Amino acid sequence: MTSAIPPGVPRLELSHISKRYPSVVANDDVSLIVQPGEIHAVLGENGAGKSTLMKVIYGAVHADAGEMQWNGRQVRVANPAEARRLGVGMVFQHFSLFETLSVVENIALVLDEKFDLARLAGRVKEVSERYGLPLDPYRAVHGLSVGERQRVEIVRCLLQNPQLLILDEPTSVLTPQAVLKLFETLKRLASEGVSILYISHKLHEIRALCDTATVMRSGRVTGIADPREETDASLARMMIGRELPVCHTEPYTGDAATVLTVNQLTLASDDPFGTALKDISFDVRAGEIVGIAGISGNGQAELLAALSGEHTVAPDRVVMASQPVGHLDAGQRRDHGLAVVPEERLGRGAVPGMPLWGNAILTAHRQGLRRYGLLRFGAARDFARRCIERFDVRCGGVEAAARSLSGGNLQKFIVGREIMQAPKVMVVAQPTWGVDVGASAFLRQTLIDLSRTGVGIVVVSEELDELFEICDRIAVLAQGKLSAAVPKAQTNAEQIGLQMAGLKMAGAHQDTETAHASA
Amino acid sequence: MHLLEPRPQPSRRMRWLAPLIAVGLTLVTGTLLFLALGKNPLQAFIVFFVQPLSSGYGWSELLVKASPLILIAEGLAIGYRARIYNIGAEGQLIMGALCGGGVAVLTDGMNAHWILPAMVVAGALGGAIWGGLAAWLKTRFNAVETLTTLMLAYIANYILSYMVSGPWRDPGGTNFPQSVMFGDSALFTVLIEGSRVNASVFITAAVVLAFGLYFRNSFVAYQLEVGGQAPDAARYAGFSAKATVWISFLLSGVTAGIAGVGEIAGPVGQLNLNISPGYGYAAIIVAYLGRLNPFGIVWSGFLMALLYLGGEAAQVSLQLPSAITGLFQGMLLFFLLGADAFIDNRLRRSKKAQAAKAAIQPTAAAPTSPAALPHES
Repeated sequence: MTSAIPPGVPRLELSHISKRYPSVVANDDVSLIVQPGEIHAVLGENGAGKSTLMKVIYGAVHADAGEMQWNGRQVRVANPAEARRLGVGMVFQHFSLFETLSVVENIALVLDEKFDLARLAGRVKEVSERYGLPLDPYRAVHGLSVGERQRVEIVRCLLQNPQLLILDEPTSVLTPQAVLKLFETLKRLASEGVSILYISHKLHEIRALCDTATVMRSGRVTGIADPREETDASLARMMIGRELPVCHTEPYTGDAATVLTVNQLTLASDDPFGTALKDISFDVRAGEIVGIAGISGNGQAELLAALSGEHTVAPDRVVMASQPVGHLDAGQRRDHGLAVVPEERLGRGAVPGMPLWGNAILTAHRQGLRRYGLLRFGAARDFARRCIERFDVRCGGVEAAARSLSGGNLQKFIVGREIMQAPKVMVVAQPTWGVDVGASAFLRQTLIDLSRTGVGIVVVSEELDELFEICDRIAVLAQGKLSAAVPKAQTNAEQIGLQMAGLKMAGAHQDTETAHASA
Repeated sequence: MHLLEPRPQPSRRMRWLAPLIAVGLTLVTGTLLFLALGKNPLQAFIVFFVQPLSSGYGWSELLVKASPLILIAEGLAIGYRARIYNIGAEGQLIMGALCGGGVAVLTDGMNAHWILPAMVVAGALGGAIWGGLAAWLKTRFNAVETLTTLMLAYIANYILSYMVSGPWRDPGGTNFPQSVMFGDSALFTVLIEGSRVNASVFITAAVVLAFGLYFRNSFVAYQLEVGGQAPDAARYAGFSAKATVWISFLLSGVTAGIAGVGEIAGPVGQLNLNISPGYGYAAIIVAYLGRLNPFGIVWSGFLMALLYLGGEAAQVSLQLPSAITGLFQGMLLFFLLGADAFIDNRLRRSKKAQAAKAAIQPTAAAPTSPAALPHES
């Protein structure tokens, strides 16, 4: 994976790249140099322009201005196929694999040349083992874990002998242990001369892995640093322009009655590739936040549907304030004081084409936004206006369509809409997924404050750091089974990571039993 | 790469401009068409659009044709807002006519005030049953409504054909496939002497007002719309998807069924094989041209009625084939769908100033959001 290039010539040099979209400047005069064998971090918040820049390199987006030099030669990459021919490989944040096909079939699909499936399978096996990415070429993709799917994507790139490998937020779906393994692979590749562009907003990872970091903010480069010599705080300053905000947690002093109980919930998935829930039990008390860690696809969607009422179950499987509600649908459970913030904001939490006041009615119609079967437009606008003010939603006012808001601002609106209905129990999925650092801190603090008013909150998240920051107890959902919720002081990221990988599930049930007895 | 890019905010202006653009393009293409046929376009347009309205009778005929179109389109629009594409209103109209007409046939010779109301109720039921059949197929078997409603329309036509050729054929009608002519108790009162305008227009007017003033602003309509635009959001909020399907089909079945009764108890006066010149299909265009808005549909209903009249006039004065009406209807829908793409999208432009301006454009959106097009079906 090396080529005859005179020493000293950078692998990739971008000069003055600019890319404008109708409402935003994604890249503004961005320059970047990557040396052969270098692991180069591109660090920035969501919306800082990292992904756009990578798409420019990969030929998926065309820059409005600027040039790109590849091994000392000026190039214009017309499309991803041309980028691959040059030797650029990219592993996207969201995988593009066909569930029903085998690993080797998926890999064969992207190869430009003719192939023999059996020989290709041999190469897949060889490459995957050489880089510590064990894969069975003949397994169907739907049976693979997320980490394994990522391996397929990486091996797919490696088979094309890349000189530059781009990874977009590769660890967001991995357990802490799998992250370490990935780092070993990447370091090995770098030692063989492959350059790596590593996109992330996780400071500690970048400090552990990368040689150089280019930091971006609002489409511009705000700094180039050696991350090994920086601290999290100094990198954060470059990334967001100020200190990383920290959440304040106060102990809850009110009545800690159990407000939500899930009893031995077993549920087959509607989705043929979904995960069945197996005997899930936990409870949530007023004034606490219970975190459910784990990687999506381990029953998260199914559990959320069963909690929200989008999937109804037997009455006593889900109990709210000693009232069985398992058989009630989503609307009826809301009548009992449940509020839900779903993972997908556009299309589930909000109707994309409707204005914000229309989206307020979606769940808040119970708050006097309808009368005699008619909508009260004035009340709905007023509700939306109050929500926008109280939760600092940046938007074009109550008439703005939901889809015109950024992910973080729409999330603030949805969380706000749910909180303003004074719930007794709140279920929140991936509260800060795709939300910038400032808004994330605000949302976390909002959830903490809400819980301290006596609301029981369940947070389902992939982000371990987040769960440790805001939760009182943490349980792990892996392969459809839920471990006991442990006070966060009694556990750590490593233990949770092992459970996320499904390695340590013993003792899950005794603890829930005692919890019930005490409740 | 792409000619269009999504707008951050659906364009309200474009929503109302699109029908005008569609009409304009239809006229331009029509001009070319008339030229190709060797007709003077100006004269052709006069025949088409002016001549039908040059007499009081012409205006009354406009109302006669617009009324059923508007009535059916009002019902269809409710389903279309929920993205339930009932394209078989013609079948629901026929079943409504058949049930209503059945009452008239079976009470032939009787003279009673309850006959006409009974016909309307029977027609509403007939249409509702025919629409409900498609709703049942969709909720029970997940059968695609664009297929089922269309096929049910054919079935309705065959049932009509059987009934007027067999059991309900006029014994004194020299074997023509038609029922007896209805008596006065089974006919709507003619409102204007010498015209065919009858009391059924009051039903249409009442439906327009009910849908425009009440239903459009109701929580039920909101739920239907959420179900159409974002089914997952409806599920998340706890709105029933099945209820959406049933309400949509039953309402459009009822309106189409009543429109069917309006025809047989009005201009047609009996059951025969020509009770509708494709009103059920033309109403689809009326609904979209009227932006699925209860009042917008009134305007588009009259425009479509004019196309019917103009088509008839063109056959007589210009010796054009009867297909000319369908051709104009088709062009109108075609251009409308094209223009509608610009509600949610715009042409890609590199000028950033333009883009920045468009990004935050406050709009006074109605409770009901952009009309969806059946392009996914």
